[in-house]
Amino acid sequence: MSSTTAPLAVRVSRLLPVPAGAGMARMLVERNVRSYKHGWIALVTGFLEPVLYLFSLGVGIGALVQTVTTDSGEVPYAAFVAPALLATSAMNGAVYDSTFNVFWKLRYAKLYDAVLATPLGPRDVAVGEIAWSLIRGALYSALFLLVATLAGTVTSWWALLALPAAVFIGFAFAAVGMFVTTYMKSWADFEWVNLAIQPMFLFSATFFPLETYPPTVQWLVQLTPLYHGVALERALMLGQVDAGIWWHVGYLVALGVVGLIGTGRRLEKLLLT
Amino acid sequence: MTTLFEARGAHGERPSLTTGERIGSVLEYQLAVNRRTWRGRIFSRFLSPVFFLLAMGIGLGGLVDDRAGGVDGVPYLHFVVPAIVAVQAMWVAIGESTFPVLGNIMWDRMYDTMLGTPLRLRDLLAGHVLAVVGHIIMATLIFVGVAAAFGGFPTWGAVWCIPVAVLTGLAFTLPVFAFTARQEQDGGFNILFRMVVTPLMLFSGTFFPVAQLPVVLQPIAWVTPLWHGVEAGRALSLGRVDPPWLLLHLGVLVTFVVVGWVLAERSFTRRLIK
Amino acid sequence: MTGDTPDGDLLLRARGLTKTFGDFTAVDGVDFAVRRGEAFGFLGPNGAGKSSTMRMIGAVSPPSGGELRIFGLDPSTDGPRIRARLGVVPQQDQLDQELTVEENLWVYGRYFGLSRSQVRERAVELLEFAQLTERAKDKVEPLSGGMKRRLTIARSLISAPELLLLDEPTTGLDPQARHLLWDRLFRLKRQGVTLILTTHYMDEAEQLCDRLVVMDHGRIVAEGSPRQLIEQHSTREVLELRFDTDDHAEYAGKVAGVGERVEVLPDRLLVYAHDGDAAAAEVHSRGIEPLSSLVRRSTLEDVFLHLTGRTLVD
Repeated sequence: MSSTTAPLAVRVSRLLPVPAGAGMARMLVERNVRSYKHGWIALVTGFLEPVLYLFSLGVGIGALVQTVTTDSGEVPYAAFVAPALLATSAMNGAVYDSTFNVFWKLRYAKLYDAVLATPLGPRDVAVGEIAWSLIRGALYSALFLLVATLAGTVTSWWALLALPAAVFIGFAFAAVGMFVTTYMKSWADFEWVNLAIQPMFLFSATFFPLETYPPTVQWLVQLTPLYHGVALERALMLGQVDAGIWWHVGYLVALGVVGLIGTGRRLEKLLLT
Repeated sequence: MTTLFEARGAHGERPSLTTGERIGSVLEYQLAVNRRTWRGRIFSRFLSPVFFLLAMGIGLGGLVDDRAGGVDGVPYLHFVVPAIVAVQAMWVAIGESTFPVLGNIMWDRMYDTMLGTPLRLRDLLAGHVLAVVGHIIMATLIFVGVAAAFGGFPTWGAVWCIPVAVLTGLAFTLPVFAFTARQEQDGGFNILFRMVVTPLMLFSGTFFPVAQLPVVLQPIAWVTPLWHGVEAGRALSLGRVDPPWLLLHLGVLVTFVVVGWVLAERSFTRRLIK
Repeated sequence: MTGDTPDGDLLLRARGLTKTFGDFTAVDGVDFAVRRGEAFGFLGPNGAGKSSTMRMIGAVSPPSGGELRIFGLDPSTDGPRIRARLGVVPQQDQLDQELTVEENLWVYGRYFGLSRSQVRERAVELLEFAQLTERAKDKVEPLSGGMKRRLTIARSLISAPELLLLDEPTTGLDPQARHLLWDRLFRLKRQGVTLILTTHYMDEAEQLCDRLVVMDHGRIVAEGSPRQLIEQHSTREVLELRFDTDDHAEYAGKVAGVGERVEVLPDRLLVYAHDGDAAAAEVHSRGIEPLSSLVRRSTLEDVFLHLTGRTLVD
């Protein structure tokens, strides 16, 4: 199994677009893909998780609720919840990769010290890590979209853009996640990551519409990044696209850029001093 | 008493320990560790279930009540809260039976240390399981208190959710101890969490009645301990107890505990006695 | 006294003791006996079967064959009774990193059924003994390797054991830490504690053991005090010669007959002789010019080399 997967996975990683300016970061992506061959089960299960949620909520809660009212009318509950699960899964994967994995490599595996002894620089390290996370996220998202389409929850051609949007959401969260990780001192600090991720997962208008909340809480929810990810995916997958989606895009771009710049600076400080 | 203790530190044959002393000493160790590590659990132990209560019970519950007028004739909050009690017991049980147990086996090798003393394999197994039970009781008590404050229970029968949750937790603890003792690294836990814990949470009649599932999938729920824990707790909390069913649910849970103990003792022996 | 051997001073006896793991025989029918108050050693390279033997003596690993009696008791039926009287220092320090130094001692003492006040009192004495009193309230994690080792020894003493088992007590420690540890073990011995230890360091065996067995491939190849073993299996002195060559074997013939015996190692020749300086003069008079030559006394390393044809540490 492993011996046949690795070269294929490596070839795939070469085919996939690596962000401009990544330079040698591709090497790091390749290393991650290679090491991932041991975790192929984790890869499969990582894809299954959102599908199970979709199935459970779509069938179970869908039978109780039937439809949900959105800006442009009633939609079936499964169609309402599917985009939220896509956005959430993009966030979860990206955050996991950019926090737990990176912390482990940074503190224990001393991988980066070894990497930096080669011509790779801190910028390559940061971009490489994030790129790897995005590649994996894109794979998950594509499979999820396929399942969601087969389940009949996708009704608009705009949904084609849901895949790049999911990668984009992943990018924003990976960048910020890695930035935060560079400040982490011990595993205990990861409680803070959970403290940020889980409430977002539960409260970002994922399982029930924003209008359920009292107005002040609605305003609070709209401040969180996942809300914008969910809203963006929902607009695309339900085909309810208007100028409002630029707000969501803008928010996520800003988040990603801040994360990326911050990470590069922090890594330079941590690794080269 | 002093003479007994003195004799245990003197030359020659030493007075043996009672079962209570042996298991108690292991429990004391686990409590000492817990005094150092409990802070790292605050979120997952106490806040996370409350978030679930708010999101599912209040948020999603509002939607369900609005559209369907509740579930099985009760408000969604009353339907889902006893289920979250059982789910939380499962989370705590599995969390405490995976990494900490593998740690004691492989990383700090505390079980090996204990086996070098007068303790026997059963003592350290029983002591550690009791420590996990302590975690489940603490977590359940706090959550039931919070959920009651949110009006999550219609009757005082909800108090019985607490022992049922402990039993549900134990039904996971022992089989997972057996599973953990067969792991060479922690990679298997990821699969356990994603392929067992999450599907169980989603399909054991927690957020919607199992009857909503396709007929072919329903029997799967029947053989999982979580479904029995959820159903038993829900019946007690809603005051809709049907004695034969309740006995069946409890019987299945007890079976998981008993079989789990046998399996755990077997895999511990295989792993630790060489 | 119940359980003790009739021949009073014998704490432990093994006959034909065997341990197999599947097809692999780790310990292959060994016989030995340990008397009360002595320091007894198992010397041998890694994989000789020392640790397996120790685990059987510790009543945690059931023997696959042969007979083993500890305090006159059978470990396969009386494990807890035996372990109540043993102190165990495993090869790797199995300390709880989350707990403090003193908590590690307290918790451990409770496994022996000691009272809380008893373990607290004893912990104070033992931390003094292990020179860790100042670190009592610190966590274990930041301690140095030597400190952790001393803490493990202190822990093993909390139940005032009659017999202390030490598996590779100083492996991985720097020379200073080793000497400090040896000093503590000497004190224990003077207090009448029986010591059984395994080591692959000949200097440790020479320093600590009254009597030892040399193990190789699961068997005992020699037994005696360090001095007896050296007298029986080696010469008084050894001449070490290094040559400017990739293959020292080619010089073996040239120095043949200089001492009693010549051993070839990858980086040097060992010439075994009663008088090392005389042997060096003899080599010189034959017109052989080594890069360096060194005369030293025989050690247990030489004994092991002679008995097995291999070195202890490779």
